[in-house]
Amino acid sequence: MTKVIGLEKAISKIENGMTIMVGGFIGCGAPSQLLEEVCRQEVKELTLIANDTGILGDAMSQLIVQHCVSKLIATHIGTNKETGRQMSTGELEVKLVPQGTLVEQIRSAGAGLGGILTPTGIGTIVEEGKQKLVLNGAEYLLELPVRANVALLNAYKADKVGNLVYRRAARNFNPVMAMAADLVIAQVDNIVEIGEIDPDDVMTPGIFVDYIVHKQSQEVTDLG
Amino acid sequence: MDKETRMEWLVKRVAQEFKMGDVVNLGIGIPTKVANALPEGIKIILQSENGYLGVGPAPEVGKEDSDTVNAGGQYATILPGGCSFDSATSFAIIRGGHVDATVLGALQVDEEGNLASWMIPGKIVPGMGGAMDLVVGARRVIIAMEHCAKNDGLKVLKKCTLPLTAAKQVNLIVTDMGVMEVTPNGLMLKEIAPGLTFEEVQACTEAILIEPDKVAV
Repeated sequence: MTKVIGLEKAISKIENGMTIMVGGFIGCGAPSQLLEEVCRQEVKELTLIANDTGILGDAMSQLIVQHCVSKLIATHIGTNKETGRQMSTGELEVKLVPQGTLVEQIRSAGAGLGGILTPTGIGTIVEEGKQKLVLNGAEYLLELPVRANVALLNAYKADKVGNLVYRRAARNFNPVMAMAADLVIAQVDNIVEIGEIDPDDVMTPGIFVDYIVHKQSQEVTDLG
Repeated sequence: MDKETRMEWLVKRVAQEFKMGDVVNLGIGIPTKVANALPEGIKIILQSENGYLGVGPAPEVGKEDSDTVNAGGQYATILPGGCSFDSATSFAIIRGGHVDATVLGALQVDEEGNLASWMIPGKIVPGMGGAMDLVVGARRVIIAMEHCAKNDGLKVLKKCTLPLTAAKQVNLIVTDMGVMEVTPNGLMLKEIAPGLTFEEVQACTEAILIEPDKVAV
């Protein structure tokens, strides 16, 4: 059994109008080749959930530049000026969320929770329209789970059953998003045989991952 | 003192706020410079909210690692003893009270410790990133900024007018003109930058400053 699949086939599973979540932090740890393929296949009307929209010119920014996204949920638009432009003209609907809240909303979706209670955003415009709870004298906002149809991830290493290992700051949102989408596709630098990753070194259990795409590899073993 | 010398004073003054082993998150801009101004013998552990502890100096040219960047997206290094983790763990560290202090810039800060740092409606709306969590979660919130805006607009106010990053979380404000502590009675001017007088600092401050020797004990 292998989860290794070709780039084109992997991305063909994303349909117009779907919600996708994408790992990465200002480009670091973002699945660049998966994103380039989303643009190439001209998938449209996507709702994008990501920390930011990258640096103008990188693969993440191209999702915005090429109008693949109609709605964005992010913590920061990054240094991608095109996101700001589309936001001000109304071409792109943007919802900004505190980073620690967004990651816990995603984690709670993956963990089967009904939401999270956070002190972040109390007394700011973030609290508008949200339920507030007072517990032991402290105020919290109820933030609801966030999940997606597809998660696009980046990892340093995978074995053929999808166990993932990340490197340095490229980990960021990737392991959390791996738990919160119906279909999870990971772009990886290295693919090793089953058993070659020590169980203690696995950062994302392979059961969360549906497909592995080898970065920069054109030759593929097809899952069929 | 000229402006540049006063900014150096600011950075050095912030760097005196830490004790050995403190876990500290530094914001982008002026706060980042604090790491290079620590007093002799003091070592702190820097956290980067994109997912690691033990932020080191910028790498040498040719030794950049695209997987090791700071929260501003610039190449960075991780010191021996450092460790990397995912964003949920990173914000558990931040929100869970495991960060001793954060140093951040500001657009406005007021006498109640309210902070506005993330948006100017109709102009700049980049997003709050991790700032709201940092200000709520860090044990001490230190604002490091120029005392006045570029257009000489006041930034230390009675009440912030811009959308808040967090309410009543700021503990200390260090500017190129002085050091102000947020107290239940308002802003106490604990220190004045060399060469300035209380009146000169007050003239650039909308909030009414309290002189330490005038506080009833």
